[in-house]
Amino acid sequence: MSEKKDYVLLKGNEAIAKAAYRYGYDGFFGYPITPQSEVLETLALDKPWETTGMVVLQAESELASINMVYAAGSTGKCVMTSSSSPGVALMQEGISYMAACEIPGLVVSVGRGGPGLGTIQPGQADYYQAVYGGGNGDYRCLVFAPATVQEMADFMGLAKELMFKWRMPAIILSDGLIGQMMEKVVLPDYQPRRTDEEIREQCPWATNGLGLKNRRYNFTTSLELEAPLMQDRNRAMTAKYDEICEKEVRYEEYKTDDAEILLVAYGCSARISMSAVDCLRAEGIKAGLLRPITLWPFPTRRICEIAGQCKKVFAVELSEGQMVTDVRLAVEGKAPVALIGRSGGVVYSPEEVYEEVMSQI
Amino acid sequence: MTREDILKPENKVAGKPALMNDTPMHYCPGCSHGVVHKLIAEVIEEMGAEEKTIGICPVGCAVFAYRYVDIDWIEAAHGRAPACASAVKRLWPEHVVFTYQGDGDLACIGTGETIHALNRGENIAVIFINNAIYGMTGGQMAPTTLMGMKTSTCPYGRQSDLHGFPLHVTDIAATLEGTCYVTRQAVDTVANIRRAKKAIRQAFENSINRKGSSLVEIVSTCASGWKMTPEQANKWMAENMFPYYPLGDLKVSF
Repeated sequence: MSEKKDYVLLKGNEAIAKAAYRYGYDGFFGYPITPQSEVLETLALDKPWETTGMVVLQAESELASINMVYAAGSTGKCVMTSSSSPGVALMQEGISYMAACEIPGLVVSVGRGGPGLGTIQPGQADYYQAVYGGGNGDYRCLVFAPATVQEMADFMGLAKELMFKWRMPAIILSDGLIGQMMEKVVLPDYQPRRTDEEIREQCPWATNGLGLKNRRYNFTTSLELEAPLMQDRNRAMTAKYDEICEKEVRYEEYKTDDAEILLVAYGCSARISMSAVDCLRAEGIKAGLLRPITLWPFPTRRICEIAGQCKKVFAVELSEGQMVTDVRLAVEGKAPVALIGRSGGVVYSPEEVYEEVMSQI
Repeated sequence: MTREDILKPENKVAGKPALMNDTPMHYCPGCSHGVVHKLIAEVIEEMGAEEKTIGICPVGCAVFAYRYVDIDWIEAAHGRAPACASAVKRLWPEHVVFTYQGDGDLACIGTGETIHALNRGENIAVIFINNAIYGMTGGQMAPTTLMGMKTSTCPYGRQSDLHGFPLHVTDIAATLEGTCYVTRQAVDTVANIRRAKKAIRQAFENSINRKGSSLVEIVSTCASGWKMTPEQANKWMAENMFPYYPLGDLKVSF
């Protein structure tokens, strides 16, 4: 007997909002920007503060939003914001502070074409922004790349788990296509928000006053004026990042077993590339796809392994070439690497990807 | 009364609040910050709110406020303290949540956050140290620098055509519907210190009782930045700052 599932038809942005309160997020702080405004709009419509107690606040800017996430996260609460490319650019200050203070918090980044105001059509040109960071200093964020509306919902749970496990900011790097597209999705069951007692037990570092009389006071700061101590702090974080690279890499493979042509693509580009792989296979080309699910940590080792059996590797992305840098580093010269890119809101069809691969092999 | 009698706990008339720790303060002699820190520690202690208070410190001279008062603190990015406090208070509605900010932080880089947090009526207390100068970075012009006042970035004195006018941010705050208490105080005399403490207590009570936003401006000295002795600074403040930033309540509606 197959299990009956309750499917609903939702936009990716709506799935983010509904998954947020179902996964027991404590707060959302955001600012309108296309193509992600449905996240805040859906939360405003669903009024989770009346059911789960989740706080929803429209802030005065993305700067304020991210600093709300930073401070609320400091108190041990599970909070998030969402925005799109130029808005996420404004948030880099706060993301750097969160990383520096080892504060969990989620940024959902629904990418559009850039740079500058760019377009409101889908883009993946914020890979560097998410993976390498636009904020100052040596830091990393966990970066998840959903390719379906279902994954938009599911990664809300994954991000919550991992950002608290590793005490660092997480980014769900989506794009205008996944954010705006409607698909069937199974929403998670309701999980209760953590109680004060649970926060006290699980987050002894949190700055919320709880139990202060029986402990030393806590403070959240990124300031350290003694250079050697600042270096110690950075090295401790680097050791953590190294451990994450060992333990948290996630990816999906499609027809890679005998692949001689490897496509590497994430998010909406992975879906298009999957169809392109089928087109290539129909022509007798042994093509396969590796889809990074975590962009940081990046599936470097696995790409290197597959590249050893390949004649050529293609990075397929909606940019003029960002993830391709990491693919090149991963391949270690074992095969030539080429970019199939579109930008400024232009999206390729599977046939176009197929033709570009065919013209280059 | 012998010396021994005087030292007996029951004869103590003043002292350091238990929440103030023994970390040596980095503030310059004559600076107002130390006095205001002590008042905050006293108020929290008298309210018995140690386990229900979250402080947000600024960027500026008070960047290390968290070193001196034994409560939980969050160090905000420059200007973002009111946004931080807004989120914290909404998630911890039973707590006293306050920011501690200087003029550059509150009235310049964080003007947007300040105005919007106050206008939303966030149930937070904002302690605003106005010494008309950027102290920490070495005495540059602030939004509240007086006309004609010399700083390292207006070495010939503030001129309206070059630098614009001093910002009356507290007066603006009093016009916002979200504020319930807006007051301007100083800590240059014992009487003023007492009044300032009462104002801080009221602002903290307003936060815990969710009456709306409170702003307590403390017109302050910066002896080093003003290049004066502490005594000269207090005198200069009374003669030049108070006429421009008059002490007293600007709004009481709680």
